[in-house]
Formats: sequence, C-alpha cells, structure tokens
Amino acid sequence: MAGNRAILLAGVFVGVLVGVGSYTFVYAKGYSYLTNDPQACANCHVMQDHFDAWTRSSHRAVAVCNDCHTPPGLVPKYLTKAQNGFWHSFYFTTGRYPDPLRMTPRNHEVTERACRKCHEELTLAIDPAHADGGRGGLTCTSCHNEVGHIE
Amino acid sequence: MSTRRFTSPVLIAVLAAVLALGATAMLVNIFQRQQEARNPFYRVVELNDEIVDPAVWGKNFPLQYDGYKRTVDQVRTRYGGSEAIPRTPTSVDPRSVVAQSRLEEDPRLKTLWAGYAFAKDFREERGHAYMLDDQTLTERQAVVQQPGTCMHCHASVYTPYKKLGGGDLMKGFEAMNRMTYQEARTLVSHPVACIDCHDPASMQLRVTRPGFLEGIQKVKAAQGISNYDVNRDATRQEMRAYVCGQCHVEYYFKGPEKRLTYPWDKGLRGDQILAYYEETGFKDWTHAETGAPTLKAQHPEFEMWNQGIHARSGVACADCHMPYQRVGAMKISDHHVRSPLLNINRACQTCHRWSEDELRSRVETIQDRTFEVRNVAMDALLALIGDIKSARAAGADDVALEAARRHHRRAQFLLDFIEAENSMGFHADQEAVRVLALSIDETRRGQASLPRSGVSAGATASGVPAGRPK
Repeated sequence: MAGNRAILLAGVFVGVLVGVGSYTFVYAKGYSYLTNDPQACANCHVMQDHFDAWTRSSHRAVAVCNDCHTPPGLVPKYLTKAQNGFWHSFYFTTGRYPDPLRMTPRNHEVTERACRKCHEELTLAIDPAHADGGRGGLTCTSCHNEVGHIE
Repeated sequence: MSTRRFTSPVLIAVLAAVLALGATAMLVNIFQRQQEARNPFYRVVELNDEIVDPAVWGKNFPLQYDGYKRTVDQVRTRYGGSEAIPRTPTSVDPRSVVAQSRLEEDPRLKTLWAGYAFAKDFREERGHAYMLDDQTLTERQAVVQQPGTCMHCHASVYTPYKKLGGGDLMKGFEAMNRMTYQEARTLVSHPVACIDCHDPASMQLRVTRPGFLEGIQKVKAAQGISNYDVNRDATRQEMRAYVCGQCHVEYYFKGPEKRLTYPWDKGLRGDQILAYYEETGFKDWTHAETGAPTLKAQHPEFEMWNQGIHARSGVACADCHMPYQRVGAMKISDHHVRSPLLNINRACQTCHRWSEDELRSRVETIQDRTFEVRNVAMDALLALIGDIKSARAAGADDVALEAARRHHRRAQFLLDFIEAENSMGFHADQEAVRVLALSIDETRRGQASLPRSGVSAGATASGVPAGRPK
C-alpha cells in the first residue's frame, strides 16, 4: 500500500521535473548549446564581451569557441560541454562566482592543447626552450592572450 | 523487500524534486536577466540640458547614481586618498570632517610656496563629492581674492555658463572668469554632476569645459590637425579619458580677464609646458624668500597619463578609475570614481592576471622610487632656496641673483609637476623620474650660478658639458 503511494509520489515529482526541465531547456535555448554556433555561448550575458572581442580577434575566421574551449572527439567534446554547462548554470543561478571570470585549470588545459593542435610545428620547435613543455606555468596564452579575445 | 520497494521511489521523488527546484531557480534567474537586458534603463523623468541636479538624472540611472554618491568615502592608499580628520565646525566653516594637511605631513612644502596661498592651507584632495565645499571653505580664500574662473572645475558649471552667456557657452565662460569667486559661487550649486560629461538625450560622453575644448585644439594643432572639435572628432574610447582631462590638468589664468588656459601649445610634457611659461613670462607669485617669479603646478594627471604605457595601449582613465562592473545582466561603469588600488580586482585584473598582492606591490614599487627621487629633488631645491636667501642677506643685488632665481623658478615647476600630480609617478613612471632629474639639474645650475659656490655650471662631474634634451 505504502509502496504504491511512494511510486505515485515519485511519478508526480518526476513528471514535474520533466515538465519544468523541458520548459527551461526550450526557454534557455538549451538545444543551441549542442551546436557549434559561437552565438550560443553569448546566450548568457556574461559571455557577451568575450564574444564581441572574438569577432575582432585574429582567430575569428579560423576558430569558433568550441575549437579552443572543447577537446577534439565527439564524446570528450560533449562531456566538456556538459560539465561546463552544469557548473555555469549552477554558479550563474546562485550568483556565487568571481568577477573578472577566471578559467579553471582543466579548461585551461583544453585550450592549451587546442593551440598545440593547430600550431604543432611551431610549438614542437620551441618546446625545448620552455623546459616544462608549457605545462608548469608558462603556456601559449601567457604571452598570446589576445589571439582569441582579450577579455 | 517491502522497505526497498518503499525507499527507492522516495529517493527518486526527492532527487526529482531537488532537480526540479534547481531547474526552476535557473528558469527564474534566466528570466530575470533577460528582463534586465531588455530595458537597460527606465525613463522615469525626461532629461534635458537645463537639469543640473544629479538626483534627477539618478532617477533614470539609479545604479550609476548610487556609485556617484559614494565618492564621499575617505580611504587612504599609501601615497594618495584622504583621511577623515575631525574638526570643530565654526560659523565660517561648517565642515566637521576634512582631509589631512599636506603641509603638516611635509613642512618643506611651506618653504616651496612661501608667499603664496598654498603655504597657508593645503590638504589632500577628497572625492568628487567635496570639490565645491572644500574649495569654498579653504583658508586660501581668506588670503587671496580668487576669481570666478575656479568654478570651471569646482562646480557643475555647464548650465550656469550657458545661462550666463544667453545660450552661448563661451560667452558665459568669459563672463564668469571676470567675476569674483563669491559672485560666481552664487550661480552654481552642485559639484561635478552627470550633465558635465553626458549628453542628456543620448547619454554619450561629451566635453563641456571651454578650457579643454580650446586646450585639446592646441595639442592637435601642434600635431598638424587643424580645427579639431573634440565632441565631433574624438572616438568613444578617447572620450573616456578626455572627459576627465577637462579638469585633471595643469592650467593658469591668462591676463587680467583671468581666462582659464591650458598651457599645451608646445606639448603636454612638464618641460614643454615650462617652455611655454618661459616664453609667455607668466608667474603665479613672487617667492617670499628668494624673490623668484615662481609657478605653481596643478594636478597634471591627464598630461602625465599621456606619457605612460597605459595611454599608449589605449587604456583610458575610466578603464581603471571607473572600471566596468556587472550588475545582474547589465554592464555599467562604476561611477564611484576612486583609486584603482582600492578596486584592484576590477581595475587591474581584467587585463593583468596576477594576484592583488603582486599588482599592489608593483604599483607601490614605482611609487616608492618616484617618492625617493622627489624627496632628493625637494631637498636639493630647498638648499638652493637657502643659498639664494643667504646671498640676498649678504647683499647680492637683483643682477647677481637673476640666474639663480631663473633656475629656482624652473626647478620648482618641474618638481611641483610631479609632486602635484596624483599618482606618485604611476601614470608614467620613467617620465616622472625624467622630469625630476631635469629639476635636480636646474637646482644644480642655480647653485652653481651663485657667487663663490665653487661649482662650474656648464660641466657635469665627468667634465662633459651637459646637453639639454629637447
């Protein structure tokens, strides 16, 4: 008896979640985050400056947000999107995030790899000069921080 | 078995409820942000060029107005910022709080300004909110009769100028320059306000001060750009510095009509401005101890910033002193104008990815070094003033003292150009030390020009004649 009522309760809550979740997903243009369109990243006002700066950067014609901020490969790419999406939603909803924004070490690593993917010829040639191979503090963006977007 | 059948649906229900709660919170948050972004402001009142009172503008722009009102704060940094010093109000001066006296902090300044009103009362500047009161009530007012010209930068004067000039800004400016301070004071009622930098119709930045309109025209003319109209020709980013440069500059009152003039004909650097004064022969007062025709430099922040790396990189005053901040979905300029050292996070870290401690220590290293050289230059100048005084007492006449007085005038202006500038060298560190070095050289030449000083004026220690850099 109690078991049946519990199942009913679970059903109601799951139903509410599916309803509210779907509405939020559509209202927040959740589907746009599944695309490669840079405009999607500026859905949220926090990224507007970064988007604006990117449209004036040297990389605007050769790389979109996803090229530098997600790893290659379908599964890693969407895992990274999911992870960042969850934490962005969490922090922006609670309002508990630092300003100016700072990249997490994991995301920084993703970007560093992206630089090295396209510019491999160059980075391999200069790596011996940077004994730590760019990982121990000195990274491509330490000096070239304006190539994607200055902000 | 029955317990398990009971718990797992409850767990699912709780989990679903928590997730639904999160999704709803996010939905509401997104909705709020979108609403905020839709209307950057609500037009509660119609603004026009007649409305001076910032409280009325603040009804349309409450966030900016809140920041503006906070310029009443008094917070120190190592070399700037004002300390709130309590004082007993009197019938003449009702202020119960003032800033610390710079003359008490460094009594050498009294000797530098002997015979001038600044030797009577000179305090650290307070925030924008106090600019009108602090100038109305300074003891300097009791020592000299100030002209109405001062209102140009101590009050919201744009609308009063236009009214006085029958709609013509320049005519009103000229008319107020000829008034006494007390006469002009009755025509103004607010310190710098929204209308002084913003167009009421479009909110775009605009220059409203005749001194800068004419001054920047001279700078551009020297660069080969004729007929420069700052409100027509400047970019938005340039305006974010020019509106501050309307007042944070070196200036003087030209001729008997006391016309406010920015001495920029030869350029913006300290020695270029001095060269202009040498050509025109202007002096602020005659030094009481040496009889030299001396000059007082006034807060040349705009000029010094122009010589520094930030100006060269296109960083404007507002980028550091009024950095962008996010309020909900909106990005606004912080109208609480203050030292970037009190807001390192937004002011510096947007571009410089270092810790606050690291950034503060970089700034203070520059300032400590500038302060040290400033002190060397000041001690040297005080020695020259002492030497001229002794020579006078020993009976040296005007002819014998002429060269020494000229060097005193030059050394003092160059020193004061850095001393009066509100950044202790930070706005342009090497330029500050260059100007101080020129000051020390003038002092050396002044001492050498006095009889029986035993130093040859035209030679450096290595015996090579000192060339004057142009």
